[in-house]
Amino acid sequence: MARLRGRGYASVNYPTGMNLGGDPSQALIHATTTGTFVVSLSSVDLGQGLKTVVAQCAAETLGLPMENILVDTADTDTGPHCMGTFASRGTHRVGNAVIMAAAEAREVMLAVAAEELEVDAGDLETDGTGYIQVKGAQERRIHITDLALAAHFTHGRTISGRGMFLKEKNDPVPETGEMDPDSCQAHACTVAVVEVDDETGVVEVLEMHNAYEIGRALNPAMVAQQVEGGAWMGMSHALFEATEPYYPARDHGPRDFTEYLMPGAADIPAYHNAILERPAGNGPFGAKGIGEMTANAPIPAIANAIFDACGVRLDTMPFTPERVLRGLDELRGYHD
Amino acid sequence: MASQVVNLRVNERSREFLAAPGTPLLSSLRDALGLMAAKRGCAQGSCGTCTVLLDGRPVMSCLVAVETVDGASVRTLEGVARGGDLDEVQSAFLEGFATQCGFCTAGMIMTAEALLDRNPDPTRAEVVEAISGNVCRCTGYGPIVDAILDAAARRRKEDAAARRKEDIAARWGTADIAATPGTADAAARRRS
Amino acid sequence: MRYKTNPIDRTYFPDEPAPDFNVIGSVVQRSDALGHVTGRSSFFEDLSPPGLLHLKAHRSTRHHARLATVDTSEALAVPGVVRVLTHADIPNNVFTPLKLIGVQPDDEPVLAEGKVRYLGEPICAVVAETEAAAQEGAARVRVGYEELPAVFDVEEALAEGAPIVNEYHGHNYFTYEGHHCRRIRFGDVEAAFAAADHVFEWRYQSAPIEHAPTETTGCVVVPQPDGRLRIHSDTQACFFTLDNTALILGTPFNRLRIVGGTVGGGFGGKVDVAVEPVACVAAMLTGQPVKYVYSRYEEMQVSSPRAAERIYIKDAVTADGRIIGRKITLYVDAGAYSRHSPYGTTKAAAHLPGPYSIPNVWADCHCVFTNRTPSSAMRGFGVTIGDFALESQMDRIARALGMDPLRLRLRNAYRDGDLKAHRKVAEGTALVEVIQKAAEMVGHELPEEYRRMSSMDGGGR
Ligand code: FES
Ligand code: FES
Repeated sequence: MARLRGRGYASVNYPTGMNLGGDPSQALIHATTTGTFVVSLSSVDLGQGLKTVVAQCAAETLGLPMENILVDTADTDTGPHCMGTFASRGTHRVGNAVIMAAAEAREVMLAVAAEELEVDAGDLETDGTGYIQVKGAQERRIHITDLALAAHFTHGRTISGRGMFLKEKNDPVPETGEMDPDSCQAHACTVAVVEVDDETGVVEVLEMHNAYEIGRALNPAMVAQQVEGGAWMGMSHALFEATEPYYPARDHGPRDFTEYLMPGAADIPAYHNAILERPAGNGPFGAKGIGEMTANAPIPAIANAIFDACGVRLDTMPFTPERVLRGLDELRGYHD
Repeated sequence: MASQVVNLRVNERSREFLAAPGTPLLSSLRDALGLMAAKRGCAQGSCGTCTVLLDGRPVMSCLVAVETVDGASVRTLEGVARGGDLDEVQSAFLEGFATQCGFCTAGMIMTAEALLDRNPDPTRAEVVEAISGNVCRCTGYGPIVDAILDAAARRRKEDAAARRKEDIAARWGTADIAATPGTADAAARRRS
Repeated sequence: MRYKTNPIDRTYFPDEPAPDFNVIGSVVQRSDALGHVTGRSSFFEDLSPPGLLHLKAHRSTRHHARLATVDTSEALAVPGVVRVLTHADIPNNVFTPLKLIGVQPDDEPVLAEGKVRYLGEPICAVVAETEAAAQEGAARVRVGYEELPAVFDVEEALAEGAPIVNEYHGHNYFTYEGHHCRRIRFGDVEAAFAAADHVFEWRYQSAPIEHAPTETTGCVVVPQPDGRLRIHSDTQACFFTLDNTALILGTPFNRLRIVGGTVGGGFGGKVDVAVEPVACVAAMLTGQPVKYVYSRYEEMQVSSPRAAERIYIKDAVTADGRIIGRKITLYVDAGAYSRHSPYGTTKAAAHLPGPYSIPNVWADCHCVFTNRTPSSAMRGFGVTIGDFALESQMDRIARALGMDPLRLRLRNAYRDGDLKAHRKVAEGTALVEVIQKAAEMVGHELPEEYRRMSSMDGGGR
């Protein structure tokens, strides 16, 4: 018996958004009288962190600290329309809508500040800590709390904004497949190092090296979450997962987590990840959607590494010990 | 069979409620007591999202018939924070970005609490083993393991600091230990 | 630093202006994390309104059968059972979720009507005062089946004489504007095969994969004082679910309100409109709050999985490693109903031939109906399995040619200005750079000419 080591490669791209029916999302934003900005949405956070990322987009655009932003989302009575969270569209579509809404609100904010400070709105800037100040004369400033109060009680203005992102409907040409389905493409290249036990057929992923191009890392710690969780899911798909393990046969279907196998904490490889940024012209601060892509390249990288290790070409997922052993048997000339 | 009255000490408080025979502890916590932190990911002992401490041991509360543990003491995630302060495991999960959707988090944290109570200085392998019954579909587990190891380190540091204070107090008779929130107090609670 | 981040390498795109942001690009704590670590985040099932009723489905035990009899009397006799719903209770029982963007026809019943087309298809919904009573009631529904021949293999399903899975379509494939599949026609692949030094053809196959979120699919519907329904749901798409539910109920859209947004993982599985319509009907008929949550078994075997795919790839390759033609036949196993599969199949077509510039591409992408659990969207919809096939194919070609697998990819990588097979001009590409970076990370030596390649030049092919 031997443990055979191999290395495999895969490189992929992934579309942000998938439009065939028109792909809109809206955002509304308004300031309370104390200068907190409430972002109203109907978008869903599945755990990928949408609420946090769109709050960052709002804070950046308004020029205010994160503490001044609240995200109120996923209530169809209070939030404007969003197509939903799928197709790696959340950050891109909703982020863009929030930026547009925040930009409109910022304009009002600066206009009211201009009246308060008796200057031209064009001469104002935000300092990122909550003050709106005169460029080059920073002692002439007003805090957003005072400004929001003044807007409401003195100037009779709402500091608010409307945002919308729409990728227009596009129908594929049936004869050729010509279409414009997505907004931009993210990229990944994975190198997997595996060890195959030629007696048990068990594949262990030892290392995974991933280079990702994601447009812009809006929140690097959350990017790390997406890439590590995604790489794990890709590895899980590759080695374990199937609701019908003998597809197309319908039997042997797992019913719970004791039967539906996935890698546990003991099975995770050493990850080495690097990020490249080539901002997308149409992305929020250049960001592309990466939540889905991160699970893709590991699968073929592992398949290719298994071949490199032991000469077995697995063209059927998942790469179970049984399939590895049958492949090895075939290489050795055994047949059943 | 008729429902019966069950007594539990939950998060240091006596609670009394009615339960039909065979009602899972998880359902009693959630439906009778309104403690929603423990989650029902499978109701059959395969995911760990329902983990709570029963007399200090981690159990999958979906598998425990509540009438069989009458009189026991139960700790849920709601009972972990001290006053308003997060404990070390909670802080480590928060600061370590060890949560994504958060549905596994309660079970993970309770499993970690049980581990650190009996083994304040676990190895990575021991942490991995401790959470082997807890499923997470989002994180890939790495950040969770790191957070538990980090929590252990934080707790040891805090305990050491508390012990130092006690030493100083014993030697010099200073009596302001209790004024230091969450140190001597926490250390004493864990040692008891 | 207690959290992880990954290094950002700016050397590959040196012309991008250095970012100058306040909070973008910074590590900001997740706004939901405090709720998660204290157990205070509220998921839909953490709501327990007074008078809550529980709903459980009685499901098909056959893959394909006519429903001869459905007898609910024993179920109704179970103490605590309040009501048993059948298709007759659902105002517009037959639907398809993508009708919102014009996909036709309606092809799926909310509750089975006349026949069942997959194992686990819901036939009746039992509403009861306790979960145990609902379960007991569901177990006591008696169904008489007349078994029909079933088909499980995508190619068998398309063969002459195969049993028809879904009469609403009339054949076992989804029709794209009069065509039996979604097609890509770009250049002339047959000419490419004639001109090639090598032709390689291989087949790939996957099995259905479950999303397996730790929180199962579900909702709690609460009738409101003003007669509206408030739906607490873990849907991934609030308005999408609302609109579909309103169409099924035949009510004005503004009679419904969805509250959600804190979801225990989705991965695409919670874009289906699986539980809300029948729970709403139950709440309307009883005037009480109703909870319908999938058990783990239902989540595993009844909720839609990622589709199984079968992919044949035939490549025309020159001796120096240029892929000059790629012909792909893809079969997506949609299971018994469309759900999101027609869309995913189109997304798969748009992704072909992968991130490479290949001048001649031909693809037939079939969305096929079989007698299995309907599949639907999942993380990487239409792309994940395609990437497995495409990148396995690249590895095999490299090995057949005795070529470095990264150089083969770089030689064929798409770049800015290239026309993709679906006739969109590529922009913002970075495949070349991620390959170069990965090579650097593992010490995989690339010759100078490959290290100097850039996505920004050499394109326009
Ligand atoms: S709910 Fe108890 S183990 Fe899953
Ligand atoms: S964070 Fe989603 S299951 Fe663990």
